[in-house]
Amino acid sequence: MKNPVTQLTLKNGMKVMLKEIHTAPIISSWIWYKVGSRDEPTGRTGISHWTEHMLFKGTKKFPGGLLDKAISRDGGRWNASTSRDSTRYYETMPAAKVDLALRLEADRMTKSLFDPKEVASERTVIISEREGSENEPMFRLREAVQHASFRVHPYHHEIIGDMADLHSITREDLYRHYRTYYAPNNAVLCLAGDFETKSMLKRIRELFEPIPKGSVPPRLARPEPERKGEVRLTLEGPGETTFTHVAYPFPNATHADYFTLQVLESLLNGASGLSYKTCRLYRALVDTGIAVDVSGWSEATIDPYLYRFTIVHPPDKKPEEALTVLDDEIKRMQDELAPEEEIKRAVKQARAVFAYGSENITHQAFWMGYTAMFSDYSWYTKYLDRLAKVTPADVQRAAQTYFQTNRRVVGLYLPTGKVA
Amino acid sequence: MALKPKTSFPSPEDIYRAALPNGITVLARSNFNSPAVNIGGYLPAGSIFETDDKLGLADFVSSMLMRGTQTRGFDAIYNELESVGASLGFDSGVHNANFGGRALAEDSPLLLKLLAESLQTPIFPNDETERLRAQLLTGLALRAQDTSDMADLIFEQFLYPDHPYGKPTDGFVETIQSITRKDLEEFHRLHFGPRGLVIAIVGAIHPKKAAEAVEKVLGGWQAAGQKEPPPLPPIKPVEKGIAQHHPIPGKAQSDLVVGALGPNRKSPDYMAASLGNSVLGQFGMMGRIGDSVREKAGLADYASSSLNAGIGPGSWEVSAGVNPKNLKKALGLIEKELRRFVKSGVTKEELADSQSNFIGRLPLSLESNGGVTGAILNIHRYDLGMDYYQRYESLVRGVTRSDVVEVARKYIDPDRLVIATAGP
Repeated sequence: MKNPVTQLTLKNGMKVMLKEIHTAPIISSWIWYKVGSRDEPTGRTGISHWTEHMLFKGTKKFPGGLLDKAISRDGGRWNASTSRDSTRYYETMPAAKVDLALRLEADRMTKSLFDPKEVASERTVIISEREGSENEPMFRLREAVQHASFRVHPYHHEIIGDMADLHSITREDLYRHYRTYYAPNNAVLCLAGDFETKSMLKRIRELFEPIPKGSVPPRLARPEPERKGEVRLTLEGPGETTFTHVAYPFPNATHADYFTLQVLESLLNGASGLSYKTCRLYRALVDTGIAVDVSGWSEATIDPYLYRFTIVHPPDKKPEEALTVLDDEIKRMQDELAPEEEIKRAVKQARAVFAYGSENITHQAFWMGYTAMFSDYSWYTKYLDRLAKVTPADVQRAAQTYFQTNRRVVGLYLPTGKVA
Repeated sequence: MALKPKTSFPSPEDIYRAALPNGITVLARSNFNSPAVNIGGYLPAGSIFETDDKLGLADFVSSMLMRGTQTRGFDAIYNELESVGASLGFDSGVHNANFGGRALAEDSPLLLKLLAESLQTPIFPNDETERLRAQLLTGLALRAQDTSDMADLIFEQFLYPDHPYGKPTDGFVETIQSITRKDLEEFHRLHFGPRGLVIAIVGAIHPKKAAEAVEKVLGGWQAAGQKEPPPLPPIKPVEKGIAQHHPIPGKAQSDLVVGALGPNRKSPDYMAASLGNSVLGQFGMMGRIGDSVREKAGLADYASSSLNAGIGPGSWEVSAGVNPKNLKKALGLIEKELRRFVKSGVTKEELADSQSNFIGRLPLSLESNGGVTGAILNIHRYDLGMDYYQRYESLVRGVTRSDVVEVARKYIDPDRLVIATAGP
C-alpha cells in the first residue's frame, strides 16, 4: 500500500513507527506514554495530566522557557495532552528542524527537573484550568455521570483530577509518577513526514537507545462489575438551559463489536467529524423541536468505557419527553434491521473523513501512536474494510446488547436561573 | 535530511483566477496529494446592513440558507451532503456572509450545486425559521452564562461605541425574537447577489475545471436589487480608560479582556504590530503575557494577546481566565507588561525569534487544502498580491525594533485601555 509504515522495537523496549510522506517539507514527531488518568489511585487523581504540564518546565539541558522558544523559533508547533489511557507529546516542525524535537523528547523522558517552585506555580495553573471547566454546566454533568458509571474501574474520575487532590499532591508524588511511567519500554515514538527512514532511524537509535529500560508496573485495571438497574442523578447550577447526559457501558476498541458500533453510531448520531443533521436522533429530536441539539459519541479505549448522549433542551419542553424519544429510536434500532444503504453510507462517510485527515501530517503521525495504545496500526489501515463488512443483523444485535436501559446512567442538569 | 518538497507556497503562477461577467471572482489551486476538495468564500452581506432593532438578522439569514430552497428541503439538502461525507456551512460577520465546505473530489459537483442553490433560492420556510430561532435563543442563553463570551462582548461594545464592530453579530434575545420571515426574505433579496462574491477552490481538481464548474452553477445569477454596503462610520477613540465588569453569579472562574484599537489588515503597520503581538502574547508559551501571568504567577491556564485585523480598525487585546479573587492581580500584571511593551518595545533577540517563527511556520499553515483556501481568500480580500507568500519572508524580515515600538505606542495607550471582565 501507499506510504508503508516501518515499525520496530529498540533494544531498550521503545517502539518506533516511521511513515515517509513527501508532500510538504514538514515532519510531525509524537511520543506516547502508556499512562493516563486510569493509572491514578484515589488521592492522586489528575497526577498524569499535571506531570504532562511539568514536562514543559525544563531539563538541565533544555531549561524551562527555552524549550518553547526553541521550538517556536523554528516555526514548530508543539503541545501535549493526557487521556484516560495515555499521555502524548508532539512537535510538528519544518523538516530540517526535527532534530531539536527528537533531542528534546529523548532528554525529557528521564531528565525533567520538577523544580519545587515550578510545581507550586503549576498547581495554581491547573486549579485554574479546573475552575475554567467548572464554569461549564456540561463539564460538571459529564463528570457526575462518569463517576456514577464507574464505581470500581479507575475510569471513574475526570482527567483533570479532583480539586482535593490538586491541592494535596506533592512534588515527590509527581516525580515518583514521572519516573515510574516515563521509560523507553513504556513509550512509542511515531514520526510522519518528509524524512528518509534509514537515516532517521539511525538518529533515533543514537538519541533514544542509551536511555535505560525502566521497571513499569502493570496498569491499574479493576474491571467494573455489571450493574443492573438504571441510575439517575440531578445536578443544579447557574444558567437557564437544561441538559441531559446519558451513558451506556460500551466495549473497548479491540472488541469484536467495536466496528459494528461505529456503524450504529453513524446511523444514530452521524459520522464523527461531519455534520449530523440527518442522523436518526437529530431527525427525531431536533427536527421535531423536542430538543435544541442532540449528540452522541464513543471513545476508543483500552478497557470498556461509555457511549454517551447529550441532549440540550428548549426552555418550553420537559426533559423527560426527549428521553422518551431517545428510547424509541434505540428501540427501533433493536427491533428493525437497518437498510443496507445506511451502512454503505456510513462507510462512504468514513472514507471522506479519512481523506480529509490525509492532508495533515500531524494527524497522520497521531494515528500511528493512537492505535498503538490499544492495538496496532492495522486497526487504522483496516478500518474502512472492517466497517464495510458490518451487516444489518450485526447492528441490530449490537443495539440489543449494549443499549440496555437498566445498565445506563441518566444525568440531568437543572438550571437554577430557569423560571418554572 | 529533507527531500525537495513537491509543493510550494501559493504564487501567481499556480493560483488560477477568473472573473465571471456577473461579478463573481473564482480563485483555484490544485493539490492532488489527497482525493478531496475544499471550498471557501464570501459575499458582502454581513451585519453592517442591520438596524439596531434587528441585530443578528444577517446571521439568521445565513443560517437559514440551507434550511430549504426552491428545489429541496432542509433534510434533503443535508442528506445529500452527509451521505457522501461532505460538508457545507454559512456564517456571517460584520462585512460578509461566509461559506465553506469540503467533499471528496468526486462529489465536488454536488457541493457546488448545493452552494449555488442555497445562495440563490432559499425559501425561509416558517417551521424551519421557528426551529432555528429556538436554537439561536438557546445559544444566547448559553452566551449569557459564558464568562469568556461576555467579556468579549462587553469589550467590543466599549471599544467600538455606536459602530457595527461593537454590536454582536448573533444579536440579543429581543432582536432575535423580533425578526420576521419577511425580514429574512427582504435581507436576502437586497444583499445576496453575485457582485463581490469570491469563491476559492483548492484540492484534487484542475483549476480551470473548477472555475468552469462555478460558472455553470453561479454564472447565471443576477440580482438587480443588490445594494452597495454602506461605508463604515468613523471610530470614536477612547478618551479615558474604561473598566466594566459583567456579573455572572455562581461561576468558578472570571474572564478578562484588556485592549485597544489596532491596525486594519491593509495597514502598513500590520506586520510590525503582528510581530510585536507575537512577542507580547503569542511566541513560545503565550509570549510575555503568558510568562508573567501563567508561568511566573501561576494565575491562569491561559493568558495571551491577539491582534484582530480586518477591513476596518482592528483590536489589539489581551485575554485570560483567572480565579475571581486573582482578577485584580492579573490585570495589574497585564498592565505592567503593556507599559513595558510601549516604553521599550521588544529586544533584538525577541524580534528575531518571532520573525523566525513567522517564516518557519508557513509550511504548516499551508499544508492542508483548508489552510490554502483561507490563505488565498485573505490575499484577495486584503489586496496583498498573489505573490504575497513569495514576498512574505522579506516582509517579515523587513520589520525593525523601532517599527515595533512605534506601532505599539501608536495603538496602545496604557492609560486609556478598555478593560472588560465577566464572572461572579
